Amino acid sequence: MENILSVQNLDITFRTNAGKVHAIRGVDFDLPAGKTLALVGESGSGKSVTMKAVAGLLDDNATINSGKIFYRGDDKVVDLLTLSKRELRRTINGQHIAMIFQDPMTSLDPTMQIGAQITEAMFLHKKISASEAKSRAIELLKLVGINDAEKRIKNYPHQLSGGQRQRVVIAIALSCEPRILICDEPTTALDVTIQARILDLIQDLQARLGLSVIFITHDLGVVARVADFVKVMYAGKIVEAGTVDEIFFDPRHPYTWGLLSAMPDLETNDDRLYSIPGSPPNLLHEPQGDAFAARNQFAMKIDERVEPPMFQISETHFAATWLLHPDAPKVELPEQLRARLARARKAANLT
Amino acid sequence: MNEPLLKVDNLVQHFKVSRNFTVKAVNGVSFEIFPGETYGLVGESGSGKTTIGRSIIRLYEPTAGEIIFNRDKISGTLTDKVRRMLRKNMQMIFQDPMSSLNPRKKIGDIIGEGLDIHGLYSTRKERNRIIGEMLEKVGLSPAHAERYPHQFSGGQRQRVGIARALVMKPKLIIADECISALDVSIQAQVVNLMKDIQAETGCAYLFIAHDLSMVKYISDRIGVLHLGNLVETGTTQEIFSNPQHPYTQSLLAAVPIPNPRVERHRH
Repeated sequence: MENILSVQNLDITFRTNAGKVHAIRGVDFDLPAGKTLALVGESGSGKSVTMKAVAGLLDDNATINSGKIFYRGDDKVVDLLTLSKRELRRTINGQHIAMIFQDPMTSLDPTMQIGAQITEAMFLHKKISASEAKSRAIELLKLVGINDAEKRIKNYPHQLSGGQRQRVVIAIALSCEPRILICDEPTTALDVTIQARILDLIQDLQARLGLSVIFITHDLGVVARVADFVKVMYAGKIVEAGTVDEIFFDPRHPYTWGLLSAMPDLETNDDRLYSIPGSPPNLLHEPQGDAFAARNQFAMKIDERVEPPMFQISETHFAATWLLHPDAPKVELPEQLRARLARARKAANLT
Repeated sequence: MNEPLLKVDNLVQHFKVSRNFTVKAVNGVSFEIFPGETYGLVGESGSGKTTIGRSIIRLYEPTAGEIIFNRDKISGTLTDKVRRMLRKNMQMIFQDPMSSLNPRKKIGDIIGEGLDIHGLYSTRKERNRIIGEMLEKVGLSPAHAERYPHQFSGGQRQRVGIARALVMKPKLIIADECISALDVSIQAQVVNLMKDIQAETGCAYLFIAHDLSMVKYISDRIGVLHLGNLVETGTTQEIFSNPQHPYTQSLLAAVPIPNPRVERHRH
């Protein structure tokens, strides 16, 4: 399988009033063409920053210390980090990589008709007449499932519901036929019923247009539904990576265990939820050893001193925890998680 | 069963927007909450679940209907005596822990405000002792009383919000989306804390949320709201294993299941 996007050893710091924040500490991942990758983690784990770096949308106080982001275009491979902001805007953004954000109300311009917002990028990137652009806008609105598109293009964002607004945002993202669609928590602000419809829409568009999709989310239910591959991020690093089945049925990193069991499924009836104690580290101070050690009930002495490397479990499954070292003691999974994984495997007819 | 702690009878809450437009947020909702139980209220945004919570605690003036709490009628005009009873025995935890804490007040004063108003201590020392104990109970330290809200993380702030509600030893706590602004790992901590406190003090919760798996986990009974009407109510078991109303069924079908194989076969 060909990788349409390949991020290598990305390292980003932010200058803030309080000092330097080391937000991304060496992130690697590949996105195979036509597949869906989910980045999972808590707020502050660096999932949005990574994707903003890919889309060239980092704030001015960010410094990219090292790394490469290879994008395979139609004919050649380019390192997006070598392009200037201007070149990115002209050649990549919108036409090759488009991004949709969490809150559709803040990503739409309240003073512009939605038709104009959809055609804006087309005029920027393509030689297209006003009437062509308009009919394309109507076509896009129909594609994302908005009825009465001919009339709707004259509407302003406040005249639409939350779900419709997110559909418009998706239409804008698709207006220049991108190859990669980055979705940053696209359904967090929406109700479950609307969320289901938007996820359906994104999957349907992916199949029809052959998009490669990156999903940023903390909702594991959403991940289970859309993803082919999952990367779990913690404190600016990927701590576990695998196919969606490997992550959900055979997780290896204690942080992934915590994430999985902290969210009750509809069958959970334990007295207490398994929770990860404490809160994520402050990246103003470089963590010593494993950044997760302080919250990890299975932490060993080595975790406090040396950062664990990525251990390989299968061809596609990796996890960065010393527990996978051949010399590490064998740990028992927490009871609740064991029950839960068994339940999940049973529901999926796996043994 | 014993007497309900809260009885909401045919609650109607309308908001007049202009002369010829009224938002009918809640249209005749009735339910009961018994001492020590957790009643979950679910529905989409705009279904009126937050409005109901705010009407019960009298942040709004109910348009019609009767609310009985702790054997007193708390709808209509409140006498001073009933008002004091209501304010002491019913507390609320809000969704956004940042905007619900006064940024200019120290944590100790935020938690102690109710004590001050109701005169629930005799000496300054006793006040500080109560606040310190409360902070410990929610997993913070008494030294935190001298700090300001911005010095805390989101999860810690929500603990302060819980401490503020608990310090009055209320019989009913209205928790309005109190975990939806928090990260998953922190959500589990807060939910565990709420369960512990319920086991210890026997308070009842009105748990308002849109996250059905969490509502299922915490609630004894559930009411499903749709467009200002209670369309279905029952024990958690009944609602989840045998939903009757088509709206409840569609709501349940939309909950994403954290299991890739199962999820893929559903659609």
